[in-house]
Amino acid sequence: MSARPIATTRSAAGMPTARLAVWWIIASEIVIFGGLLGSYIMHRLAHGVWADYAAATNPWIGGFNTFVLLTSSLMAVLGHQAAERGDGPRAAKMLYLTCGGGLLFICVKAYEWTTEISHGMTITANTFWSFYYTAAGIHALHVIAGCIIMLFVAQTAKKNLELHRVEIIGIYWHFVDVVWIFLFPLLYIAK
Amino acid sequence: MSAHEAHGDEFYVKTWAILLVLLLISVLGPLLGHPVLTLITAFGIAVVKAYLVAVRFMHINLTPRFVTYAVATTLVFMLLFFAGTAPDVMKNHGTNWVKPAWIQAEAAYAAEVASGAAGHHGAGGHGEAPHGGEAAPAHH
Amino acid sequence: MAETIHVGHAEEHGHHDHHEMSFLEKYVFPLDHKMIAMQYMFTGMFMALIGGFFAYAFRMQLAFPGMDVPFWGVVTPADYNALVTSHGSVMIFWVAMPVLIAAFGNYLIPLMIGADDMVFPKINRLSYQIFLISAIIIIASFFVEGGAFGGAWTAYPPLSTKAQYSLTPIGSTMWITAVALEFVAFLLGGINFITTAMNSRAPGMKMWDIPMVVWMIVIASILFMLSVGPLLAGGIMMIFDQQLGTAFFDPDRGGDPILWQHLFWFFGHPEVYVVLLPAVGIVAEVMTVFSRKKLFAYKTVLYTAIGTGVLSFTVWAHHQFIAGIDPRMANVFTVTTLLISVPIAEMMFVYIATLYGGKITLTTPMLWALAFVFEFLIGGITGIFLGASGNDIYMHDTYFVLAHFHYTFYPIAIIGTYAGFTFWFPKMFGKMMNDGLGKLHFWLTIIPFNLIFLPLFVLGASGQHRRIYDYTNFPELAQPWQQDLRQLATISLVVMLGAQVIFFYNVIKSWMSGPPAGKNPWNSGTLEWTATSPPPHGNWPEGLPTCYRGPYEYSHPDHDKDYWPQNEPA
Ligand code: HEM
Ligand SMILES: [Cu+2]
Repeated sequence: MSARPIATTRSAAGMPTARLAVWWIIASEIVIFGGLLGSYIMHRLAHGVWADYAAATNPWIGGFNTFVLLTSSLMAVLGHQAAERGDGPRAAKMLYLTCGGGLLFICVKAYEWTTEISHGMTITANTFWSFYYTAAGIHALHVIAGCIIMLFVAQTAKKNLELHRVEIIGIYWHFVDVVWIFLFPLLYIAK
Repeated sequence: MSAHEAHGDEFYVKTWAILLVLLLISVLGPLLGHPVLTLITAFGIAVVKAYLVAVRFMHINLTPRFVTYAVATTLVFMLLFFAGTAPDVMKNHGTNWVKPAWIQAEAAYAAEVASGAAGHHGAGGHGEAPHGGEAAPAHH
Repeated sequence: MAETIHVGHAEEHGHHDHHEMSFLEKYVFPLDHKMIAMQYMFTGMFMALIGGFFAYAFRMQLAFPGMDVPFWGVVTPADYNALVTSHGSVMIFWVAMPVLIAAFGNYLIPLMIGADDMVFPKINRLSYQIFLISAIIIIASFFVEGGAFGGAWTAYPPLSTKAQYSLTPIGSTMWITAVALEFVAFLLGGINFITTAMNSRAPGMKMWDIPMVVWMIVIASILFMLSVGPLLAGGIMMIFDQQLGTAFFDPDRGGDPILWQHLFWFFGHPEVYVVLLPAVGIVAEVMTVFSRKKLFAYKTVLYTAIGTGVLSFTVWAHHQFIAGIDPRMANVFTVTTLLISVPIAEMMFVYIATLYGGKITLTTPMLWALAFVFEFLIGGITGIFLGASGNDIYMHDTYFVLAHFHYTFYPIAIIGTYAGFTFWFPKMFGKMMNDGLGKLHFWLTIIPFNLIFLPLFVLGASGQHRRIYDYTNFPELAQPWQQDLRQLATISLVVMLGAQVIFFYNVIKSWMSGPPAGKNPWNSGTLEWTATSPPPHGNWPEGLPTCYRGPYEYSHPDHDKDYWPQNEPA
């Protein structure tokens, strides 16, 4: 499509369309994670024995991954600032760094899961581990999806085009970060 | 976005530094092993971190007010879901039903804790109750 | 603000490059909201035929047990379960949702708010494609080993999670996958609807100038978005239970089957308002035009809809009164359930007040709109019986419940759709429909509809349980008068399905050779009637309209004509 509809360029609600939309996406994501984590918390509170299962997770790995995501969030927001100033190439660079953070996160996860699975803590070991893999897995899918979209955004941003997208993907990325901020204590350090 | 042009890059770096300090606290706090402290350091700090990210990185306070309301509404609805569901899910028996496997597993765990043997057996191997499949059926 | 500059800039230029579009671009992978609406509309209608055929097959079995049903054959118990399950799922997820929300939403929102398209045409197209895939999956599940899932549209575990109970190892997973994909499709669509309506209104269109049906579709999309999340998560958990052997819903291994019921109904109840509200909006548009009156209490209707939406999140466990839920919770949910009938009743009163003293013309769309109020009232009132938990202990899972929700869903999904379709047909196809055939079709649909479901109330009250393959095995349910009522219901169903031929004939005939409709055949005031019929790509190539007043300025004392279009300067 050569140009977007006029509809897309209007902003009767007082904010650009894409930003409005990303907030609605976040709202719908909150309830997806909310339903899952709500179900997890109920079980967690009902079973004392889950504290033992949770003790087998590695908070240092989880903490390191939190650090990675927080840092990548910083990169995303710096990219947004660069885009605000009209500096496309720097915005793109920041997005690539953000993606790098996402990649590192996934690699650490892969290592962590391999270790756990090889120690018998598989998704069917018990319901705690089912929740553990399901919640972290859905979150990891969001990380991967965010990275892929970010690569596309960076491609255009590099040419100083569609710079408003840098902010949009950034907001989404921060949300993925926030989800992890809650997953981390829920899965790793509540014992 | 005129409103947040006021902040330079240092503002974001500073926010990031605060987040890292909070992260450190939330990892170290629970190591002390005090339940109340764990709750505060793990979950209280998660809320603070999320707030910082939402406000300082996502600029939720610079978007029209209804966005905050929409996000708050989703959270309220999730609390509602929890409040309506937890009373059933968290019980191991109720009107005309019991969950024998749950009862067994918890009893075994309580005995273990009482004898001081509660160790770290992460996988739990066989799920909730080792004999779950053969558990005595609920008698009505 | 960089965006503001951008806005002014784009408005001047317009966006349509007039290159000729290929057939594929125009009809198979369109970006135009009207064409996507038509895809949704006709896919939905096709699925309605499939769902209707399923109903025909299993109703024949109930009325004439063991018979060789024409076009199906002998209905086996497994067939019966698969047919009932698929009927319910198809009608709710693949008929009511695509037609009421997606088709009307896509068609009406841009046209009624004076925009040239949806804000994200590509996401819009993607939404339809995901929806289509989900529809294909649900139909395909009939042809896999073990057949289609038969554990009811509510899919309670363990029937849905354990293949040794359901006997449909592949079908159950296809069912939940199809449902989850459908949810994703409508999440994408819903974000488009909400954002478009919030951001892309014509200059001058204030909050209270938005036509009611647009409001309703937007509120419905928000309700959907806020309620479906937990069930999407639950769907993933269910797939894992089925295929990976996790035990989220298995109490013997640490899970809980009631959790699924909560996840399901936390979505399931708001979902009934998701489909209700668009129908309410459609009927509001039709009623104001054909009684030449302002919609009574516009703002009250709006606040009521929002209030109903919020309340609808607090009633879900009324579906679980006999599931063994905490009795204290049953009290709470009884109270909230009885409360929610108040705003619903109020909306019905608003319609009656709108009609009161109006110049009523009984066109086909108006007949459908009136029938909506009449029939939906029966559905709403019987809901109150069921909401009282003490009574529901006896009524639950009987045909009384079944008749209740058909008296709500049928008016919504079928009557509401026909009201909207016949009303906007001139706009969609540029031709008038034949009113005589329309009325014939109306009566041949409405009368059999009542003859199907009124007997089912009686049967339900006499103790007839749902989801039973053959009542002859239950002497107290196989008395001659009961079997007579079953046959009455089934024969009425066949008549009603047959009458739909009139509708399709009317559509095709009018489309081919009906009289031209012109821009505004009903003398309506809302913006879509100021575009040509059918509107071209971009809707108003000569320039998008500006809005000066509310949508329902009929019989205004200060105006010479009896309607006052929204785009006419004062
Ligand atoms: C006027 C307010 C309403 C009230 C008080 C009400 C109440 C109820 C109650 C208590 C039940 C559970 C009965 C049982 O399973 O024992 C029920 C079932 C049902 N209702 Fe309603 N209802 C209302 C409106 C609606 C509307 C507007 C719709 C549809 C658009 C609807 C659709 C359904 C469906 C589909 C079921 C049965 C689901 C199943 O078990 O398969 N209801 N209703
Ligand atoms: Cu309900």
